[in-house]
Amino acid sequence: MIEIRNLTKTYDDAAVVNDVSLSLAESGITAIVGPNGAGKSTLLSMIARLIAPTSGQVLVDGLDVQQTQGAVLAKRLAILKQNNQVGMRLTVSELVAFGRFPHSGGRPTVEDERHIDEAISYLGLDDLRTRFLDELSGGQRQRAFVAMVLAQDTKYVLLDEPLNSLDMKHAAAMMKLLRRTADDLKKSITVVIHDINFASIYADQVVAMRDGRVVLQGESAELMQEAVLQDIYDTVVQVREVEGHRLGLHYL
Amino acid sequence: MTVGAKGNWDFVLPFRGGKLLGLLLVAYAVATATVLFQTITRNRILTPAVMGFDSLYVALQTALVFFLGTRDLANVDMRLRFVLETLLMVTMSMALFYWLFLSRQRSLHLVVLAGVVFGVFFRSLSHMMQRILDPNEFIALQDMLFASFNTVDQQLLAVSSAIVLVTAYASRRLLAKLDVLALGRDVAINLGIDYQRVVMLLFAMIAILVSVSTALVGPVTFFGLLVANLAYQAVGTDRHKYTLPAATLFAIVALVGGQTVLERVFGFDTALSIIIEFTGGIAFMLLLYRNLKR
Repeated sequence: MIEIRNLTKTYDDAAVVNDVSLSLAESGITAIVGPNGAGKSTLLSMIARLIAPTSGQVLVDGLDVQQTQGAVLAKRLAILKQNNQVGMRLTVSELVAFGRFPHSGGRPTVEDERHIDEAISYLGLDDLRTRFLDELSGGQRQRAFVAMVLAQDTKYVLLDEPLNSLDMKHAAAMMKLLRRTADDLKKSITVVIHDINFASIYADQVVAMRDGRVVLQGESAELMQEAVLQDIYDTVVQVREVEGHRLGLHYL
Repeated sequence: MTVGAKGNWDFVLPFRGGKLLGLLLVAYAVATATVLFQTITRNRILTPAVMGFDSLYVALQTALVFFLGTRDLANVDMRLRFVLETLLMVTMSMALFYWLFLSRQRSLHLVVLAGVVFGVFFRSLSHMMQRILDPNEFIALQDMLFASFNTVDQQLLAVSSAIVLVTAYASRRLLAKLDVLALGRDVAINLGIDYQRVVMLLFAMIAILVSVSTALVGPVTFFGLLVANLAYQAVGTDRHKYTLPAATLFAIVALVGGQTVLERVFGFDTALSIIIEFTGGIAFMLLLYRNLKR
């Protein structure tokens, strides 16, 4: 379980994340939603020790992320940020192989090779294995990075807007894939997501943030209420039920 | 080493051997420092020299002569002085590195600009002190500073070799981590690298290597850039297992080959550093141009 206790991050007196306390489940998908600038990405980065909090602490299975050795955490928790650029010219399989670094220390074993192959075929990248990353489309590259994070084989996976730069087809496919991963491999996947409808359909648990604070934590049905959504996003969202899923219509 | 050797071998061997060892050390130091630096900054154009770190070394030396005077300095053992200077250099450049790269995320443009300004600042500072200096002391200082691949400082060879061996061992142990570092800070931390610690360690190694090469032959600005980029092009992969030795090899070929040509063909008429800086400068501009086009 990931426990977040009174987490705060301030930049020049402005609190981006303000006294957030949460716990993220052992398995299943948690979606973090909220308007731009609500502090979603900052929260995720602090959970994954990429940013040091101003105050508060994060415990991953009881380990304080600021105190624990990086190598220990890397076997339990993986994060993928948005806008990934690597400074090196790498093929898809080389990139995915880096996901095994916490386990192999740079010398891959047969076991590591197996994980790499599995992650690559799990994301349907078999045909692209030897292609260089800069020869791929945005969506393919995004999948290659997700494969790297899956190869890391951690219980907790944090994804910062994984649907960015994916079209309708690939966005839906990515969410289905995350759903399958969470169910098959019993992982705990936390995603920052902008499209509330994806959260409504695929997430087990929803965390809604606004102005650096958590305003709602619960099942997606609790989020998908017109009054609640209007309060969070400050705009009118009509909610309709389609084939048992509650969908928000914010285009009108 | 044996090309066109005439006369007493007892003189020729130590003389040329020393020179060769010096060139090898410089080649290794410059190539490694540049590749490490480019990995940390994830930039193919920055080198420790472009960022003005060898002018920091020159400024330190000038300041020493300025404040202590050559007489006091001459009384101190040269090797001890070198070690002390290196320590001073490591401390100062680590502070600078830390401020530039680690204290907060800064844009690359700002970092380069700051580096150029620092370079000019340290150079002007050295010049100013050199102007006020007593002429005799100035000549002694110039002797210490003048960049020349012919007069590799023989006394420092042993100390430098020891230092270089230690850093070589350290960098071997870091090889796998270097590849991960090249993926960027966030990915590196995600993969379990203790980013802050590893980067500071690498900065320390870079500072030491820059001190060694500057102490032996003086500042060389574009040489590292030249060999590092030649290596990236030649090996076709960015794995440090291959790029580090390749860069060192290119550096050795350039220095030792260039020195042989200089001695045998040009008959010492020109300076090796001029030839290397000339080609290096052209390579630097080509790189800038290619990046602009992208």
